[in-house]
Amino acid sequence: MGLDFSVIPKYLDIVLLGAVWTIAITIGAAVVSFFGGIILAIIALYAPKIISWPFRAFSFLFLGTPLLLQLFLIYFGLVQIGIDVPAFMAGVIGLGLHFAVYNSELFQTSILAVDKGQNEAARTLGLSRLQALRKVIVPQAVRDVIPPIGNNMIALLKDSALVSVIGVSELTLSAQRAIGSTYRPFEFYVLVAIIYYIINLVMEAVLRHVERRIQVSR
Amino acid sequence: MQRVFPFFLEAAWTTILLSVLTAILGVSCGILGTAARLSRFLVFRFLGAAYVSLFRGTPALIQLFILYFGGPQIGIQLDAFEAGVIGLGVNVGAYMTETMRGAIIAVDKGQAEAARTLGMSRWQAMRKVILPQAMRLMIRPLGVNINALIKSTALVAAISVVELTYTAQRYIGSTYKPFEMFLIAGVLYMIIIYIVGLGVAWADRKARIT
Repeated sequence: MGLDFSVIPKYLDIVLLGAVWTIAITIGAAVVSFFGGIILAIIALYAPKIISWPFRAFSFLFLGTPLLLQLFLIYFGLVQIGIDVPAFMAGVIGLGLHFAVYNSELFQTSILAVDKGQNEAARTLGLSRLQALRKVIVPQAVRDVIPPIGNNMIALLKDSALVSVIGVSELTLSAQRAIGSTYRPFEFYVLVAIIYYIINLVMEAVLRHVERRIQVSR
Repeated sequence: MQRVFPFFLEAAWTTILLSVLTAILGVSCGILGTAARLSRFLVFRFLGAAYVSLFRGTPALIQLFILYFGGPQIGIQLDAFEAGVIGLGVNVGAYMTETMRGAIIAVDKGQAEAARTLGMSRWQAMRKVILPQAMRLMIRPLGVNINALIKSTALVAAISVVELTYTAQRYIGSTYKPFEMFLIAGVLYMIIIYIVGLGVAWADRKARIT
């Protein structure tokens, strides 16, 4: 069986719709992972042990196991405990939590790296501990880790392909659907690879632009 | 639980085998990629850069699918395990290329210049002066690559290689005990990663003493 790329145009709209879902899930999971990462970092650093310990155990488990396995756990596990979430939500939660744990590691180091005087000055000015964190420390810490967080988000885009296995109709699964009716895996997977690559290039360009702006603002 | 455990152990063995073979192929591709990226010839530099960009810029899962499902269309017939090792190995090699190149670039420029001034050829300077220093720098980051590699072997579950994740998925489906199955597979993954981590730490210590 040779190659025949002429089958693609007929299915292009399905595949492009899948690309829209891939972008949506990437953005959704990126938002979850960003704020989840900050919250996890603050809990790990400042919460009393009795609260932070279970979160640490959770982080440890999520850092040491494959994302695919975690997706299976979340998708089937939520159903098991009676929460029936649509596959898309399960995908956003799974991807978001996975990367929140990675982002949390970055946030923790950068929060600790913010000069101690900043916190002391904020407290002296009458801000509460939480206010000082929210208005003084975290904004500075976030600015310092934008490049590595951005790299995590680009990794997130590529890992979003995994949610196809729990039935989210994103780019990879829509390609599989098209392959199901055309039996042309090579053509469609190459097409999908090209689309991922383009989204990836756009994200890299945006990240570089943001990095430059941070440099300027210093 | 006791009934399924032996199957998990068998699957863990497959995951270990996959990881080892993938790591060997990945390091080989990494060495080739690094050599290409640092070459004097523009063609090789371009090929190396294209390799890294394409394989890091697209999902590993899609690369696996192109190889395993699309391969037969262009005359490449592989079974799932072979496709898994080759697909993941070439993918990881792109990440390792960046790690190795980074370590080599991180060695002080004066070292190469001094070696050349002493009459060494480019290759001699690389082999006797730069590489021994770069090796030390790359052990830790390569350890991180290998850690990620072990977790990414889970992807081959999608082309139905019976490894840990595939086994967990199968028993989640048949026992309706997602948390238990996740824990068994998860702990086995973490044991593998922990042992590899010990090996990396040992190599790192060793390299620092000499």
